[in-house]
Amino acid sequence: MARPIVIDGDLTTRPRLFIRGLMLIGWGLLWMAVFLYAPLVGLGALSAATRGEYGGVEWTLTTANLWRLAGYDELGFSYNNLLILWRSVWLAAVTTGICLALAFPMAFWIANHRPRVRHLLLALVMVPSCVNLVIRTYAWQQLLGGQMPPAWLASQLGLIPPGGALYPSGFAVYLGMVSCMLPFTVLPLYTSIERLDWNLVEAARDLYGGRLRVFRHAIVSQCMPGLIAATILTFIPSLGMFVVPDLLGGAKFMLVGNLIQLQFGSMSDWPFGAAAGVFLIVASLLALVGLRAVSERTEGR
Amino acid sequence: MATPLDLRIVDLSKSFGKVSVLKGLSLEVPDGQFITLLGPSGCGKTTLLRLVAGFDMPDSGSITLGSTDLLALPAQRRPVNTVFQSYALFPHLRVLDNVAFGLRSRRVPAADVARRCRETMDILRIADLAQRYPHELSGGQRQRVALARALVNEPEVLLLDEPLSALDAKLRKEVEVELKRIQRRYDITFILVTHDQDEAIAVSDRILIMHGGSIIQDGTPEQVYERPVNQFVAEFMGVGNRFPVTSDGSDTVQGPFGPLRLEAPPPWRQGTLAVRLEDIEVRDQQPAVNGFQAVIEERLFRGDYWELRARVGQAPPLVIMVNPDQIYHEGQTVWIELPPSNIIPLAD
Repeated sequence: MARPIVIDGDLTTRPRLFIRGLMLIGWGLLWMAVFLYAPLVGLGALSAATRGEYGGVEWTLTTANLWRLAGYDELGFSYNNLLILWRSVWLAAVTTGICLALAFPMAFWIANHRPRVRHLLLALVMVPSCVNLVIRTYAWQQLLGGQMPPAWLASQLGLIPPGGALYPSGFAVYLGMVSCMLPFTVLPLYTSIERLDWNLVEAARDLYGGRLRVFRHAIVSQCMPGLIAATILTFIPSLGMFVVPDLLGGAKFMLVGNLIQLQFGSMSDWPFGAAAGVFLIVASLLALVGLRAVSERTEGR
Repeated sequence: MATPLDLRIVDLSKSFGKVSVLKGLSLEVPDGQFITLLGPSGCGKTTLLRLVAGFDMPDSGSITLGSTDLLALPAQRRPVNTVFQSYALFPHLRVLDNVAFGLRSRRVPAADVARRCRETMDILRIADLAQRYPHELSGGQRQRVALARALVNEPEVLLLDEPLSALDAKLRKEVEVELKRIQRRYDITFILVTHDQDEAIAVSDRILIMHGGSIIQDGTPEQVYERPVNQFVAEFMGVGNRFPVTSDGSDTVQGPFGPLRLEAPPPWRQGTLAVRLEDIEVRDQQPAVNGFQAVIEERLFRGDYWELRARVGQAPPLVIMVNPDQIYHEGQTVWIELPPSNIIPLAD
């Protein structure tokens, strides 16, 4: 008989505790192993395979796919793939930046209402996400089209030629991206702002702080957990997004998402698609590690 | 300092919604005085402090410091600093950066910042904590950092919002001594807000007792302690014995124990008298004036004194404090004396 121990007031033994723990998290681990880790390993292996002559996969291990992604193939160096990767990171970064700039005042505005109104406003922020992304994106196409008021207004302001449309364009892509990601930026920020200790704001004012100093030391410092969660939830999905840029950009800008879709689709080059997928995962992980470092440095606890 | 910077508050009123928190309060604080706003929660003392600091605007009235109109300045431009009840230290900044915050806000040259921070931290004995984060400090240490962070700016007025309430009793006693020492050293006006009368008595030059948005009594700690003006103050200052009496205009009143001599006739026909626990004497023989025969009903040893409950006839019992070497037993009959000079007529 194993030695009895008490955990959280419960009299048990180590073996029984182990079995209970396994029953609780074992199923989740199994699920993750089968549906997440195994495919990830498969993806990694696939990225090292070779494309067959007729589009199949041949298990001749090679690093050629990674080199191709970096721009080196039989024809020599081309920066096209690197440009695609860089453009994806840039689009995600700019989208995150715009979302944060919009979400901060929005979250403050929501947090300043009475609790009941707050919940209503939060629901309004979330409601658009209930509509399928593709449908929302097509709706933007219609709204930004040549005969619609936004395009007319833009042409009156001289931003586009008379009779022109706002779509397809870079502007439309960012508009679509921001409108898609904004709820995921607002919510985490809001939870931080709602719990803000206003004494710190008063202390910063009391200590002769100007607006920027008050914002940085009394507000941003307290919102860091929300800010980091918001950045993660916005940046990482943006990185792999391809529906919105494709539909609103007129398929003119290739992104890593499109690149992957293409390889698994019409190009029938799974190993190269897998290599691009591995890049996306590694980039996401690097972003997480970087944000974690920032949070550890700034939070202090 | 060229001219004394007296703080003058005139007819200050403030309401939050329908609740009137300050009702036309006026107050003058001479430069360098240590005053305490003492009162129960909700009496308006913290509101008054926030108005002086600039965290709220009054509905009417004025606040001036010397010839400066404080209400015309935002909080970040007032020569006033605050020690917050929760300390409100910046959690992401080390102690040194917390202390330097105000000086850096005002773009004081780095060398001066370093020197002044070092001096202040030495005075408050937190120099060895400079590189710690607030969450690595004890309550008492945080309190010192909060004080240093305010004092390093050399404000004209320092506001302290219940700064000792988060400390345990022993530490509080130490910090009281320290606060007084620091105030003398810096020679600036301190305004302390508290609901603890012992703390107020220990540190202040002057105590203002607040109730319902007004100042009820304004005096030195001795005056407030010895001569509470009304029932509220008497109760708040812990004057243990209060009893109703009637007066016929002479210096002798009729109380629950019989006739009682006062130093002077009370200003009313019917009112309340108060006597502190330690002001009632227990005697073996009948005293010359105001002597009553009483039965000891209860006794409680409090360490540095005995607390007795003595009943005269059918009147409610009096609470008496006697020295530990004066031993009386429950059920014992003794003489008690209420010396006329120790009897306080209350205004209501």
